[in-house]
Amino acid sequence: MIRRVPGGTGRLNIAPLIALVPAVPVLVLLASAILPLADGDTWQHIRETLLLEYLGNSLRLVLMVACGTLILGVLPAWLITFYRFPGRRVLKWLLICPLAIPAYVMAYVYTGLLDVAGPVQEWLGMVLPAYAPRSFYSPLPAAAVVLSLSLFPYVYIFARVGFLQQSADMLEAARILGCGRIGTVFRVVLPLARPAIAAGLLLALMETLADYGVAQHFGLAVLPTGIFRAWEGFGDLQAAVRLAALLLGLAAVLFILERLSRRRARYHQAAAHAVPRVRLRGARAALVFGVCALPAFLGFVVPGITLFSWALVSTAPAGMADALVNSCLLALAAALLALGLALLLLPMPGRARPGIGRQAGLLMVRLGYAVPGTVVAISVLVPVLWLEHTLDAAWTWAGGRTSSLLLAGGLVVLVYAYLVRFMAVAVQAVEAGLARVRPSLGEAGHSLGLSLSAVVWRIHLPLVRGSLLVALLMVFVEVLRELPATLLLRPFNFSTLAVRTYELAGEGQVAEAAWPASAIMCAALVPVLLLGSMLDHAEDARS
Amino acid sequence: MQKGHYLNQNALVLALAWGTAFLLLGVPTARGETELNLYSARKENLVRPLLDRFTSETGIKVNVLAADGMGLLQRLRVEGERSPADLLLTVDLGQLTRAAAEGLLQAVRSSILETRIPPAYRDPKRRWYGLSLRARVIVHNRSMQQAPPARYLELAHPQWQGQLCIRSSNNVYNQSLVAAMLGRYGETRTRAWLEGLLANFARPPQGGDRDQVRAVAAGLCKIAVVNSYYLGGMLNASLERDVSAARKVALVWPDQQGGPGAHVNLGGAGVARHAPHREQAVALLEFLAGVEAQRWFTAHNYEYPVASAVRPAETLEAWGTFKSDLAALATLGQHQETAVRLMDRVGWR
Repeated sequence: MIRRVPGGTGRLNIAPLIALVPAVPVLVLLASAILPLADGDTWQHIRETLLLEYLGNSLRLVLMVACGTLILGVLPAWLITFYRFPGRRVLKWLLICPLAIPAYVMAYVYTGLLDVAGPVQEWLGMVLPAYAPRSFYSPLPAAAVVLSLSLFPYVYIFARVGFLQQSADMLEAARILGCGRIGTVFRVVLPLARPAIAAGLLLALMETLADYGVAQHFGLAVLPTGIFRAWEGFGDLQAAVRLAALLLGLAAVLFILERLSRRRARYHQAAAHAVPRVRLRGARAALVFGVCALPAFLGFVVPGITLFSWALVSTAPAGMADALVNSCLLALAAALLALGLALLLLPMPGRARPGIGRQAGLLMVRLGYAVPGTVVAISVLVPVLWLEHTLDAAWTWAGGRTSSLLLAGGLVVLVYAYLVRFMAVAVQAVEAGLARVRPSLGEAGHSLGLSLSAVVWRIHLPLVRGSLLVALLMVFVEVLRELPATLLLRPFNFSTLAVRTYELAGEGQVAEAAWPASAIMCAALVPVLLLGSMLDHAEDARS
Repeated sequence: MQKGHYLNQNALVLALAWGTAFLLLGVPTARGETELNLYSARKENLVRPLLDRFTSETGIKVNVLAADGMGLLQRLRVEGERSPADLLLTVDLGQLTRAAAEGLLQAVRSSILETRIPPAYRDPKRRWYGLSLRARVIVHNRSMQQAPPARYLELAHPQWQGQLCIRSSNNVYNQSLVAAMLGRYGETRTRAWLEGLLANFARPPQGGDRDQVRAVAAGLCKIAVVNSYYLGGMLNASLERDVSAARKVALVWPDQQGGPGAHVNLGGAGVARHAPHREQAVALLEFLAGVEAQRWFTAHNYEYPVASAVRPAETLEAWGTFKSDLAALATLGQHQETAVRLMDRVGWR
């Protein structure tokens, strides 16, 4: 990658190559999916019994969560952006708070509340004399509801950003040209916000595809649980990798659909007047409040209160302080690295179209988000072990003594796995910010004599500072909540809050598990609220 | 103008390199003589108090990696000769015997272990040693009018349609139970049994064993299959509602009169083949078979001790003695994989 710079010497630009390192495991994965051509025993068994079920459930789950998050995310976003009603301020914040609660925690909270032995059914049994306890949920709808409640904030945030950018002039123009109120919404507001909504939806659906915790909790057979089973239960790497490749295929389809929906349209707008908010009163205000409050209530208030009340009735499990420190430090390190790598990899606006190398690399990085944590862990372990064995062979050949594994048991591998999985979040957030930067700014800087690099650092990056912070915060929250890869790759004597929650909840110690779960929620609330305040500033800046 | 052109990008690269180097500090350092590395399928918080006792008595620090049993096996396989594992501790005998069969464990000669642990609970080839016993039993609602099933085979009878609560087939305890059935009755009969079992499910398998007990207590189903120590744990839980739920159910020892005995499983351990701290690992193994540890297993986790000198906890003694199916123990590992495939095929998720 030799860049021609006016007046500069051509030099090899290694930075994007470094940024591509997280893409290596995905490549290794795809390669090993294709290579062994003969079907192993396990793969045959899976094909005969479970494959269609895995695919069917994964697809249906994605469809259901897409509907769920669109309704729960777009509707409140629209109402909050364009209307004023009592309680709007509070709801603005509450609606992003479900991000602080991992989906698997939400699953086990609602199970604890609604299960046969839970308070709700107990109360029903007392109030209704003929009430027979029922297991009222089946795995697929339950998983879809929990995932929608947990992931709708992604769609909500992106939709809000999309709506906030709308210009009053556009909407007035539409009205003048004859669109009614509703018509304006469907023909102007929504289409203009579509790329933002699509970006948020893509994140939510990728996370759904890769979800292991919720599906495992409800006993739902989807691709990630199948992969875990093939790798651990059957000990068959080939079967696990093939299922993972199928999953990546589905993720790639989603990704392509999102890109197609954007096509070549440009969405940055000229200096705009913010849309004035319509004031609502009375019954209408109450209705709107109710509609916005429901997702926030179910997604944050109910789980939050339940967790605290469970924690209050039980004693704190051992090792909480260690787990808290570990979780936060890991999340911080991963977030900083992810942002740095994203900045190295993404093409800056105004430059020539990125080469095939960068585009392919970006695709690999994005696909990383769809790879379930288990698979990331396996596909990271394999190259690292190979590297270690090779280095050790060289060391012993040079006369040294062979020793136990060095890298594979350390934090480097774990953070590396986080990067593979979550760099896409940083990339998505920074890219969304960069897309809003008008290329003309860069051109102006150029004509004033700034070099390409200086244009990037002195013009573009300050403009997208907000997106950088968003990227940091989102990766921080994601790593805080991550479970399967941490379980597989953590070093000795090392635990995180997510792992403690899983261990305790898995042993049926629901009340004790509320301690680390509440800690995750509190720790994650800080970046989530910061995110909210940024959205707030964006809003204030517009009005 | 061009000066410092690439400086910013290189600065980023340097910062990344520094950050990575900083993370390298998180490298495990179990190289001393006074340490050992434990791969444990028991959750860390369940086993840590015991390990702390070991450390205070011997001065040997134990580094714990807790993960799912099969996951630990996979780890041992891919790590090969350079695996840092010294001792493998599992909660299922099938996994331990599979590890031994694949050559992942080494033989240990120890007169202490041979005296304390009866031969039925250890490998004739000395690669693994059982440390605690647990039974997979049938529980039923005390207020139930019908006679509870006396045999595992009866769980498939149509009279229990919609009345059986059991956890997912992903769980190793169910896999071992089915493996034992396979070993005893063969594939055809076991398959028919599984299909009958499935027809009796009160709900799609969900939750852990404690949730099955809670479901029986609440009246959702009349019978459930759970591990004995979960019931023991609930009877002595700090949460009042767990205690009252556990009191609403009664335990049945299956397959007693004229049968092979209740299905039992062993939690056990073996020294890893390439253990860097072999002596320390053997010391820990001997400690776990000792009176203090055996008492701890039964008093805190409600398992049955294997050491004949140690009496089970009060809760367990209240359940009386029972015949256990020891013959099936050795074959659990062999049939586990077939068991899983069979469960998949009949649709037990």
